[in-house]
Amino acid sequence: MINLTINGKEYPVEAPAGMPLLWVIREQCELTGTKFGCGIAQCGACTVHVDGQPIRSCITPASSVEGKNITTIEGIAPDENTLHIVQQAWIEEQTPQCGYCQSGQIMSAVALLNENPAPSDEEIEQAMSGNICRCGMYGRIKSAIKRASTALQASTSNPQLQ
Amino acid sequence: MKKWTRRAFIGTGILASGALVIGVAIRPGNRSSKVAGLIAEEGETVMNIWLKISPDNTVTAIIPHAEMGQGVHTTLAMMLADEMDADWSKVKFMEAPADKEYANYVVAKGFIAGNKTFPKFLEGTIDGVFLTAVKSMNFQITGGSASVRFTGQQGMRIAGAAAKAMLLQAAADTWKVPVEELKAEKSIISHPASNQSTTFAELAQAAAKVKAPKQPRLKTPEEFTLMGTSQPRLDIPAKVTGAAKFGMDVVLPNMKYATIKAAPVFGAKVKTVNTSIPSDSEGVLKVLNLENAVAVVAEGYWQAKSALDRLNIEFESTENEGKSQDDIFNGYQMAMDKALEEESIEEHFRSGDAPTALSEAETIVEAEYQLPFLAHATMEPMNCTAWVHNGKCEIWCGSQNPLGAKAAVAEFLDISPEQVTVHNQLLGGGFGRRSETDVIKQAVAIAKEVDFPVKLIWSREEDTQHDVYREATISRMKAGLDQSGNPVAYSHQFLFKHHPPEAADIPYTVPNQLIQFTSPSSFVPWGNWRSVDHSVHGFLTESFIDELAFAAKKDPLAFRKNLTQDKPRFQKVLNLIQEKSDWNSPLPANWGRGIAIAQSFGSIVAEVAEVEVNVEGKVKVHRVVCVADAGFAIHPDGFKAQMESGIIYGLAAAMSGEITIENGAVAQSNFHDYQVTRMSDAPRIETYIINSGNPPGGAGEPSTPVIAPAVTNAIFNATGVRIRQLPISKTDLRVSIQQTT
Repeated sequence: MINLTINGKEYPVEAPAGMPLLWVIREQCELTGTKFGCGIAQCGACTVHVDGQPIRSCITPASSVEGKNITTIEGIAPDENTLHIVQQAWIEEQTPQCGYCQSGQIMSAVALLNENPAPSDEEIEQAMSGNICRCGMYGRIKSAIKRASTALQASTSNPQLQ
Repeated sequence: MKKWTRRAFIGTGILASGALVIGVAIRPGNRSSKVAGLIAEEGETVMNIWLKISPDNTVTAIIPHAEMGQGVHTTLAMMLADEMDADWSKVKFMEAPADKEYANYVVAKGFIAGNKTFPKFLEGTIDGVFLTAVKSMNFQITGGSASVRFTGQQGMRIAGAAAKAMLLQAAADTWKVPVEELKAEKSIISHPASNQSTTFAELAQAAAKVKAPKQPRLKTPEEFTLMGTSQPRLDIPAKVTGAAKFGMDVVLPNMKYATIKAAPVFGAKVKTVNTSIPSDSEGVLKVLNLENAVAVVAEGYWQAKSALDRLNIEFESTENEGKSQDDIFNGYQMAMDKALEEESIEEHFRSGDAPTALSEAETIVEAEYQLPFLAHATMEPMNCTAWVHNGKCEIWCGSQNPLGAKAAVAEFLDISPEQVTVHNQLLGGGFGRRSETDVIKQAVAIAKEVDFPVKLIWSREEDTQHDVYREATISRMKAGLDQSGNPVAYSHQFLFKHHPPEAADIPYTVPNQLIQFTSPSSFVPWGNWRSVDHSVHGFLTESFIDELAFAAKKDPLAFRKNLTQDKPRFQKVLNLIQEKSDWNSPLPANWGRGIAIAQSFGSIVAEVAEVEVNVEGKVKVHRVVCVADAGFAIHPDGFKAQMESGIIYGLAAAMSGEITIENGAVAQSNFHDYQVTRMSDAPRIETYIINSGNPPGGAGEPSTPVIAPAVTNAIFNATGVRIRQLPISKTDLRVSIQQTT
């Protein structure tokens, strides 16, 4: 039994040695927003933040992140009634199609903007190329990141990304 | 739009379980009572099989199609709400249950009207009897880019219009005023002359007693308030918060997990496996030998997968064991030779006398093409949750074919379809893959061995290696040009005629044509892959016509225009893309521009790709301009999104998509060796829609067939190298660059 801190909440979980964080999050914590796509860190659908850094939860042993702050797609909005700036931008650009990869895309985008609030096209491409979207919504994802970046800079007095 | 009237048996209301309902059936028979039981809650009124009105005046559109990203729930709800003059802010949707009542007659009807035969995904939807299926109208399929074209046009719009007519009549009767003086707007019916108004909900019960119109009047495009606008998609908010539930996300009390390994060689069976629970595996509940696969049931997916990976499974050897991709292509060549030699090759299309015209032509152009197997690689790996209990079976999955799933489960368990419940979920990508029932049957096979619900999850490796693949194929093409460079003869010998059957037709005016095919056997399972046979023939036709333009020393776009003079829609699309792509503007060295155009699923799509081939031979597609004659785009932004999606999907296949067979099994396993387009490789896409006044065309597929030839034609323009084998990554372009620079 180990204790994980996910979205600020404590979860006592059964995680045998080597069990990836992804399956603990999905099956034991029942936070199903984080997706299984490939199992080998190729597609990014399982992206979550560990102490603010984006990681691929499908290859990260749950035991290695005990005591760290884990954030999933369910935990990025400032409160229940407000979306994160990136989520809002995603809606405004009508970004998702099937939507399956989008939790991972959004988690990568949030991490990018935390690090670099005004990324260039190349920086966006670099940060996002680990996230596959089979519906091919790359143009819209890029536009949504730029929209979020603009919104973020307009609201520096209200730093939701912190 | 007139077709429906012959079968528009719009029936009226009946009582069901105490609640007053209105049933407006679009097809023969009045089934409202049963439908009401499936979808209506207390106090709600079923207006017809595709809508209900709640006491709070919300209108719910009941959509008989799966949502896999195409926005169909929103678009179809818009079509219904527009005809009904419902308040869009109070319109909801729900997906229709997998029940015969929702058999999608209009989809089948659309295919009957459009084609002489049916696509494969319509087969076997009920009891495995194809003709019975057609006659019984047992369809509830999302595919063939058909939702808007058939269900929307012939179902949702009529449903909305009929409901409105009944509500208006009810108001006229209540207020004793002529119905012509009434107005319906935003879910309110008013009589301006007497200053009376009331809501749809308040009129619903009275409307139930009104005789349904036989032929409700549909709006003309000038009257549309929602159709033709880009309303925010109703499914998107839940998709940015992680709340959206896909098949993968189903959670049930006491549910366990399973994963599976099928025999790597197609058709092989398990020879030996020890099905006792391994002592070194934690959380394992069951090891099952399913004859052609081994499954492990455990407390979690990871426990099941770890145990499965450690199992020592021996598979029987089969005749397919030694086969390689080269054997398959060689077999295709031999089959083609044999069919020609024995004159058993079948005719797809003939006009004039192509052999004679070829023998007399001034210039002959001949080429052979080869295309690979392709996997679907949906983002969400295959999965299905099943629970077999008390002689019943419930399944939870994302299916493009929930009724087919229901029938397959019933047949598999030898129970009646009434005992099977399909809880359809959001689909994490479909592209044709999720019209199959293989995974569902596996889940049921596992679930019947245990007394709890079990979620079967395929690994990505299983998903890649046990797909139903877009057929690999070869094609032989030959054409003759006259002295002025006009094509006078065209012959094409291809393999496998699937669906849509017209895919091999060419839009170009060539007086003498002979198009033939033969269908050799293949042990690799075949399935529908986005745009189906158009994904093959779009590349063949549009590559070869480019070769002819080059041989004729004509501009490829002008050449196409010249050969489609009898097709005004093509002319318009070609003219617009010429302008929007800056077709005649110069490009930097080692850049090229290529065009392709094709009609599929009722839409005509042209694309111009701008590519750069660098000194390392690497191809970068910088820009794609897409012009689509959509007929009428019901949801323009949704249509655009589908064009973008189809382009990236087709581009991934064109650039590097290739499934190969080694030792009878698929050699690729995951995204590292079955590579797909990523953001860094994605071109800038500009889409322009033409509303030509024709019926709405499909959106989900028609942009896919033309991207590969647009890119390879651009590579030819940049380098002089004609790519006749896909994917493009098979061709080493370094030499060409050195030669041309």
